[in-house]
Amino acid sequence: MTLTTDHTRATADGTHSHGVVPAGSRAERKTSFDLADIPVPSGREEEWRFSPVARIQPLFSEQLGSDGVAVTVEAAPEVKVETLARGDERLGRAGKPGDRTAVAAWNAVAEATAVTIPAEAVASDVTSVRIDGVSKDATAAHLVVTAERHSEAVVVIDHRGEALLNQTVELVVEDGAHLTVVSVQDWADGAVHASSHRAAIGRDAKLKHVVVTFGGDVVRVTPDATFTAEGGEVEMVGLYFADADQHQEHRLFVDHAVPRCKSRVTYKGALQGASAHTVWVGDVLIQAEAEGTDTYELNRNLVLTDGARADSVPNLEIETGEIDGAGHASATGRFDDEQLFYLMARGIPEIDARRLVVRGFFAELIQDIGVASVQDRLLASIEAELEKSMSVITGVAPDAE
Amino acid sequence: MSTLEIRDLHVSVETKEGAKPILRGVDLTIKSGETHAIMGPNGSGKSTLASALAGHPKYEVTSGTVTLDGEDVLEMSVDERARAGLFLAMQYPVEVPGVSVANFLRTAKTAIDGEAPALRHWGKEVKGAMENLRIDSSFAERSVNEGFSGGEKKRHEILQMELFKPRFAILDETDSGLDVDALRVVSEGVNRAKETTDVGVLLITHYTRILRYIKPDFVHVFVDGKIAEEGGPELAERLEDEGYDRFLTAGATA
Ligand SMILES: Nc1ncnc2c1ncn2[C@@H]1O[C@H](COP(=O)(O)OP(=O)(O)O)[C@@H](O)[C@H]1O
Ligand SMILES: [Mg+2]
Repeated sequence: MTLTTDHTRATADGTHSHGVVPAGSRAERKTSFDLADIPVPSGREEEWRFSPVARIQPLFSEQLGSDGVAVTVEAAPEVKVETLARGDERLGRAGKPGDRTAVAAWNAVAEATAVTIPAEAVASDVTSVRIDGVSKDATAAHLVVTAERHSEAVVVIDHRGEALLNQTVELVVEDGAHLTVVSVQDWADGAVHASSHRAAIGRDAKLKHVVVTFGGDVVRVTPDATFTAEGGEVEMVGLYFADADQHQEHRLFVDHAVPRCKSRVTYKGALQGASAHTVWVGDVLIQAEAEGTDTYELNRNLVLTDGARADSVPNLEIETGEIDGAGHASATGRFDDEQLFYLMARGIPEIDARRLVVRGFFAELIQDIGVASVQDRLLASIEAELEKSMSVITGVAPDAE
Repeated sequence: MSTLEIRDLHVSVETKEGAKPILRGVDLTIKSGETHAIMGPNGSGKSTLASALAGHPKYEVTSGTVTLDGEDVLEMSVDERARAGLFLAMQYPVEVPGVSVANFLRTAKTAIDGEAPALRHWGKEVKGAMENLRIDSSFAERSVNEGFSGGEKKRHEILQMELFKPRFAILDETDSGLDVDALRVVSEGVNRAKETTDVGVLLITHYTRILRYIKPDFVHVFVDGKIAEEGGPELAERLEDEGYDRFLTAGATA
């Protein structure tokens, strides 16, 4: 067994908070399908303490509509798409809601979009789920992706436009299935989005879960992954880029409830502009019976300009000594002036040097995503974000978008 | 023929306790094709001189001038200095994660020349230069300096010197930490650059060892932020025998 806490790269500069002891164990956190069990938060609760609850308020309501977004699915030929009525037995298999927005979303939806990869089918193309904001009426939506046993597929969920969306995404990865899910939050400026991703991972199944957040006013994604049988594997990758006044929060929970499963979490973010705020919380629970667990989580943040704030809280709870490996690393740093100097001393102008460094910061992560169309789009989005910060540096007003 | 001229250079370094004066009036003139060795004990200010010439923001020039063929170098930004023909092989090269050596070299070459190098020709040139310096071709795809050994970092610095063809190269302790084989490979690289481009070299070193491979025309002994003594190659031999003690005592009693 190895237990590592790698802080060698942590260059804490006040924006870094680390190892904050949560109020009670993650194992004791209330989860429920019942609204009455999880009240509207005040903002002082452990899971809401970093969040702008006032801006999220509309999504706490019991009364959420369904017309704020339009959902369009373009499925691979092997993949089945249906609409399920509330109460369908195929819903609710990936765990219970764990906070107020999640339980409100669960209770408010009338129907759900179901994407199913039939047993042993290998999808020949990416399945794309487009979620377009069409009005700013607070809305609930529910998507369930089921990868039946030994199937393989890639599903990309793409959020654009403006909406107040409270969303559930259930991912059921049955025995031996390999599922890649990419959720892109590319919202327009005013969007507020809470999204509870809940994944259940079966025997020898593998989930690659990718979250990409660029746009929106407030985006709060809470991916929960639970292993239901031995031999499961989850790889969680995240990339975010926050501008002035944006709040982007990613709270992950990996529940090692059974033996011999593996989890890898890698999230990286860049921040620029006044009051840009990102929050990353990575809770990993290794339960007493989860012998042979292998887990590692990493979060790195690159603060490009003054006035931005990154909170990063890795949290590992281990209830058994019989594990293969468990570790985490978290670092938040400012732009490294020595890197800039090195590149500029080779004739590279400051703007290009900064671009190289930021692209380099994300390069490996983007490679890891492994879905070509998503990778290309990400590179373009990072480029667009950099245009904004470069104009801050050079004093030229950014182009109006 | 180019000239790099340093006159009465005073430099302070930014520290937590405020500005700390390090260089106290350095005078030095280097012409194309010349090799000047700067030798001195640790802490005498050799790297400060190198960093100040390259324009590192931590080092503030409080008085004096630096000109390159009459042009005011101190007025130039870091990248402008490099494009004007100054090159600094750093004592501690910086890691740049996620930026491949190939991409870095091409980007820098494009910036320095003001146009992208012809693809085919550039590829060959890089490959050849890497072979000469015994740098495995796999390094082209690795991140700049990341996970490189000390010797690999130094060879990567000299690779750049050969490819970018500067008018003046400042080599800051390029020899330190190298074993004999690596020292020979690196020295050959510097000598190739000298032969093919007539580059003027400012060779900063703590030891005389590298001077067996790279022959200096002038030797300057650097003590306490300025040049304490100057001479030809014979001065290096004297230092080899006597060390820096003579200068240190003199400094202490001055
Ligand atoms: N960034 C810095 N902060 C504080 N002191 C520095 C810094 N850089 C150099 N110095 C001090 O300046 C003096 C000269 O250092 P340096 O130029 O590195 O010498 P050398 O290269 O000859 O060993 C030393 O006393 C060193 O401690
Ligand atoms: Mg030095």
